[in-house]
Amino acid sequence: MVTREKFIVQLMKLGNLPAEPENDVVEWRQGADEARDRGGSIKGITLTHQQKIQALEFVKEKMADKLPEEEHPKVAFGWAARDQSGVLSPFKFSRRATGEKDVSFKVLYCGMCHSDLHMIKNEWGNSTYPLVPGHEIVGVVTEVGSKVEKFKVGHKVGVGCMVGSCYSCDNCTNDLENYCSQMILTYSAKYYDGTITYGGYSDIMVADEHFVVRIPDSLPLDATAPLLCAGITVYSPLKYYGLDKPGFHVGVVGLGGLGHMAVKFAKAMGAKVTVISTSPNKKQEAIKRLSADSFLVSRDQDQIQAATGTMDGIIDTVSASHPLLPLTGLLKSHGKLILVGAPEKPFELPAFPLLMGRKVVGGSCIGGMKETQEMVDFAAKHGITSDIEVIPVEYVNTAMERMLKADVRYRFVIDIGNTIKSSI
Amino acid sequence: MAKSSEAQHPQKVFGWAAKDTSGILSPFHFSRRENGDEDVSIKILYCGVCHSDLHSCRNEWGNAHYPLVPGHEIVGTVTKIGSNVKKFKVGDRVGVGVMVGSCKSCEYCKQDLENYCPKHILTYNSIDNDGTRTYGGYADMIVVDQNFVVHFPDGLPSDAGAPLLCAGITVYSPMKYYGMTEPGKHLGIVGLGGLGHVAVRIAKAFGLKVTVISSSPRKESEAINRLGADAFLVSNDAGKMKGAIGTMDFIIDTVSAVHALAPLLSLLKANGKLITLGLPNKPLELPIFPLVLGRKLVGGSDIGGMKETQEMLDFCAKHNITADVEVIRMDEINTAMDRLAKSDVKYRFVIDVGSSLSQL
Repeated sequence: MVTREKFIVQLMKLGNLPAEPENDVVEWRQGADEARDRGGSIKGITLTHQQKIQALEFVKEKMADKLPEEEHPKVAFGWAARDQSGVLSPFKFSRRATGEKDVSFKVLYCGMCHSDLHMIKNEWGNSTYPLVPGHEIVGVVTEVGSKVEKFKVGHKVGVGCMVGSCYSCDNCTNDLENYCSQMILTYSAKYYDGTITYGGYSDIMVADEHFVVRIPDSLPLDATAPLLCAGITVYSPLKYYGLDKPGFHVGVVGLGGLGHMAVKFAKAMGAKVTVISTSPNKKQEAIKRLSADSFLVSRDQDQIQAATGTMDGIIDTVSASHPLLPLTGLLKSHGKLILVGAPEKPFELPAFPLLMGRKVVGGSCIGGMKETQEMVDFAAKHGITSDIEVIPVEYVNTAMERMLKADVRYRFVIDIGNTIKSSI
Repeated sequence: MAKSSEAQHPQKVFGWAAKDTSGILSPFHFSRRENGDEDVSIKILYCGVCHSDLHSCRNEWGNAHYPLVPGHEIVGTVTKIGSNVKKFKVGDRVGVGVMVGSCKSCEYCKQDLENYCPKHILTYNSIDNDGTRTYGGYADMIVVDQNFVVHFPDGLPSDAGAPLLCAGITVYSPMKYYGMTEPGKHLGIVGLGGLGHVAVRIAKAFGLKVTVISSSPRKESEAINRLGADAFLVSNDAGKMKGAIGTMDFIIDTVSAVHALAPLLSLLKANGKLITLGLPNKPLELPIFPLVLGRKLVGGSDIGGMKETQEMLDFCAKHNITADVEVIRMDEINTAMDRLAKSDVKYRFVIDVGSSLSQL
């Protein structure tokens, strides 16, 4: 592997370009991220003189960029994916000094969200490498900025999917930072200072207090971490679409990270809950452990038929393509089908059921900060946490493979506090 | 042996009916029930020609029973009232819309949402409480349960007001249900036909900013100068559509042809709502990402309840809202249907039943 020093020497050699270069070569990269990412490895291809000049200019520009370790004053350590293979490995980087509005905390646990899997493999096409995932982050405050009002050292806190927004648009002023067009994601996004954000598979976190939630002492940190994404993702639509009324009949499609949280929240809100799943073997779990009232196997036509027009709302957590018509059929008139899983391909929408029953198909994406705090407090009050499997950070790549096969009940949570240092 | 439509009931009626899937209408003698205690008998003056009439006559929805007398935008005068009828008196000008009955006992009926009652009875091509077929307003008279008759406000002309009984309520109801009545909000209306043009007027009366979205550039002048829309977007002009991304709070989609929803969803702001009123015969393609990332929703709506229909008529009378109509004689109906199939009407045909039917 070529070190940074060797790379610079080669570049300096290139600076004195011979008229017809034959032997000195540099690999031409398009894209700032790849230049940073591949800075240490050079393969040779022959370029024209003009191309080499362009390449030199380009790389010189990139040399001005600092390495992740040097960007900020605080030393940080985490696990990152380096490329689209998605394989995670130890990664040294840095975080900013605690600004006047910032809260710094030692990360104790981080939940593994299916989005982390999509992002490390660049499945949505917007990943920047190295990528430190993790947006279900919990820990204990170590330092607060001079203008921080809501948090003190020693508080148990969490950070979810967002670390910034514009604060001034209609959505931000209505506590809907999650719908702000300039919302900044917790990882693989550009922060206000132009640096890339790194997520919670890391030892420390610095975040603006606006995007930090307080975790009540009564909640166990490890099982609370998944609330910060999975929890709010289902809590928010239950409220917005009015499905939080006692006695309502709510269907939950898919029994995974999101689905199992939806069952718990809906039950706590007083709903009758039916789990709709393709896996008959999840019935026992759904009813006995999660207290769902009933279970429908979605491929069983008779069961679906019998439940026609019985539900006030359905929360659909499945991101794989599936037909919507049977689900709209399960709804009563004025019923609502809410999609929180995000498949890539469009679904087919039959218009008749929507019109004849004045039904609605809507979406939802996490929740605003105020609502996220409300959700955490609600969970504390009702004793709601996620069903988790705690793992050491070295297990993370295996966990990702198992998550891909939905082989987890129902969220992996990385024991950052106890295992991250030992892997340096 | 079933009785012929002429002999089923005691009152003789004359109208025009489609006799087969060609949808061609021709004179038809039939009968209606005696005016019961709850009933109102109405001499029909005008009947609007709704696109649903066309779909039904030609069996495009696959459920037509012939002979089929269409017409559910009916305005007339009361000629007889049953002993329990208190709301109407002989001589009143009244309207009948898309429904003539419901179960009256389910949760929907109890909430004035008869249109969502699973047993609601349509004005035509449906089965009435006595098991006989319902016949619509392309006829000289109709007998209707008083709960399905509305007062026609004094300020509303019978001809230009008739289409409100279907087109009007079909756009008014979702505007209220989905919260589109806050002045200053921005509504996009897709399609400028019978539904669309009434929607523009009602929306302006609610104080909304209105953009008409249409595939026909030639409708722009109409939309802005005559109907009062604030802006006009040509839906296949990619550049203009791009410029309007994320600007609308709501969209009412009146188009029944199969069309792409993705460009319409992108016009909505976050938390925006797309309400579809047209009934295409194939499912539409719904991209999910915009729904999830922007908390947008797609909803439907189907006419409105009786209470709301009366409210809508009163609202339109107050704001001088009527439809733009082309009045025709009954015997011109087949030509009108052909023109309607080509969208060649600004924007509703209305049959002058009162004057033209009796002469035939």
